Amino acid sequence: MVESDNIVVETAEKIFADLADPQTINNDKKNSWQAPLWQALSEAGLPLSWVPDDLGGSGASLADGFALLNAAGRFAVAVPLAETMLAGWLLAQARIASPEGEMTVVPASPKDRITIDGDGALSGRARGVPFAKAAKHFAVLAHGKDGVSIALVDASKVRTEPGLNVGYDHSDTVTLDKVQPVTVKPAPKGVDQTTLMLMGGVARSLQIAGALESMLDISVRYSNERVAFEKKISKFQAVQHNLARLAGESAAALAAATSAADAIANAKSFGDEVYLEAASAKIRCAEAAEKGGGIAHQVHGAIGFTIEHILHRYSLRALAWRDDFGSESYWAVELGKLVAVRGADELWPLVASR
Amino acid sequence: MTAALRFDPIRLPEKCEQLRKEVRAFLAEEIAGGTFDPHKPNREDTDVPEFSRKVGARGWLGMTWPKKYGGQERSFLERYVVTEEMRVANAPTRRFFVADRQSGPVLLKYAPEHIKMDILPRICRGEICFAIGMSEPNSGSDLFAAKTRATKTDGGYLINGTKIWTSSAHIADYMIAIFRTSPPTKENRRHGLTQFLVKMKQPGIKVNPIGQITGQYEFNEVVFTDHFIPDDHVLGEVDGAWKQATSELAYERSGPERFLETYYVLTELVRAVGPNPDTRSAEGIGRLVAQLHTMRRMSVSVAGMLQAGKEPVVEASIVKDIGTVWEQQLPHRVRDLAAFVEETATNRETLERQLDFAIKTAPKLTIQGGTTEVLRGIIARGLGLR
Repeated sequence: MVESDNIVVETAEKIFADLADPQTINNDKKNSWQAPLWQALSEAGLPLSWVPDDLGGSGASLADGFALLNAAGRFAVAVPLAETMLAGWLLAQARIASPEGEMTVVPASPKDRITIDGDGALSGRARGVPFAKAAKHFAVLAHGKDGVSIALVDASKVRTEPGLNVGYDHSDTVTLDKVQPVTVKPAPKGVDQTTLMLMGGVARSLQIAGALESMLDISVRYSNERVAFEKKISKFQAVQHNLARLAGESAAALAAATSAADAIANAKSFGDEVYLEAASAKIRCAEAAEKGGGIAHQVHGAIGFTIEHILHRYSLRALAWRDDFGSESYWAVELGKLVAVRGADELWPLVASR
Repeated sequence: MTAALRFDPIRLPEKCEQLRKEVRAFLAEEIAGGTFDPHKPNREDTDVPEFSRKVGARGWLGMTWPKKYGGQERSFLERYVVTEEMRVANAPTRRFFVADRQSGPVLLKYAPEHIKMDILPRICRGEICFAIGMSEPNSGSDLFAAKTRATKTDGGYLINGTKIWTSSAHIADYMIAIFRTSPPTKENRRHGLTQFLVKMKQPGIKVNPIGQITGQYEFNEVVFTDHFIPDDHVLGEVDGAWKQATSELAYERSGPERFLETYYVLTELVRAVGPNPDTRSAEGIGRLVAQLHTMRRMSVSVAGMLQAGKEPVVEASIVKDIGTVWEQQLPHRVRDLAAFVEETATNRETLERQLDFAIKTAPKLTIQGGTTEVLRGIIARGLGLR
């Protein structure tokens, strides 16, 4: 777990503990927790952590923002915090000020492409856009004949078909048909769709790692409470070894995600080293979500399969987060190609450079 | 929170990169000079005394130890770099690896001064080889069931019994072993074992080679018959060996050797696949590289925490658990992908030969130096389950 040695994470954790307690949320069938949580996060300036003061944000460092996302994962936070942070970050790259309210980024998959025409109008379709339905604005990355542009778009100008991911969060299809943005500016050199996907992928990796930390925590606790065959199930070696494996998956996810976050926070540009770190984090965290989440369910037995139990808030969300900003399969192919092009004898130097 | 596992994103300091260049240049020279072939992990000549002395001359053995014992007082992160570069190059480290990683640190902590002054500089010069005498025919993972007796006699102890699976005992100059000096007590079954420094190639010690499924003979049975060990060769507390296995185990468990043992097959696969892999090969390689990178970052993180004086015991056990499982599966995953390599790949035979050896090596990786089951027990204890 990333120690809350910074004020951003401390503030966030206090808000999550007060207003995003997983059991309270899980009991609340009317989603009445959402508005107060979002309001508290907004008042603390957290959704615009990555936006400089002069563009309307709170100007936190990349590192603090990443630590905040890890904390959000530990609470399986289901409001568009990560999405608004990413949108604010993207807009800030082109020096576009962030408006108030929920935002998300378009596209959210490396395979979707938005285009911009000579009149500055945006067109294209993006699937699996997280929290598009809740967003007031979109930060859009678009391709035109002059290169890549970044645009702020009013959500009411865009057609959004609602959908849900496996974690029951909104994951919607967004269609832009010659939409005029509120603002559009050229993306600076070095910021393109791959950059956005790597940033998004690392955000999701940190959230998955956080969710796994919590799954380990509640699984260990449950195993020390639940009695079967006249003893606590934590005393069975089979259960112990399963939990040790869950700890391993949680550890791998945490190490991969925090390493990638550190790499991006300290990088001057997104070279092969950052690519290795960010792609690896998404791949390894996605694998851990499957393996680790599976063990957490196995330890809990039937109770963990009920909608009343909080486990699914972590396990299903971690699985859903695998799909955003490029799945592990996608990144594995891309990373494999990168390694192949560099050649066999350049593989170890790349790994050792980190 | 029950278990706050920590894996800080530690980076190797700049001076490590200079050292890495020196190690690579040295290894390239040795390869060019024919000392060893990096493409041959199954070489017969794993004991190369000359190479060992050259590594010593560079100051890369005992490099974290005090200068008065021949060390360099460098950091564990610098040692980490030397270890990983040697491992990736398939360098013949057998002669010095155990002494450098394990035996030297034990001596530093528990040996009397005159023994330290005698032996440690020779380890640093790459002159002597160590073995570890833990397992016995009826005591493997259950270390504290050891029965080989050390009976008090005038000026020392007489040793009787058998150690087994002892790597390098046939070439070793010394062994650090545990022997039974007292029976276990009712309250503490771990009581009664004492750690000793054993001088090999002496009367009363017989080393019998044991063939392995790889075709190699690198571990042994070591039979002691009234072998005499002087009093000053006792390491630490008599009957108290169980107290002495503490944080150094973390170094032993989390080093690069815990996930790089079969790495060569991945390099060779990338070479065989070439610059334009099909989708399946690219995906397979990408996953393996992501897993490798993650392992290494975990391992470096533990090394950095140890260097900073922390004791990440559970984290180190996790690194060894998932690292050894990974390096065990690696040859099989590479084999899956090698099925699609073009017939025309120029290194096809090298890859096949390497896979043949790696697949035969794989079963031992989750057994040696603490089985997966033992490690998971340690992790479970750290999680508060036992």
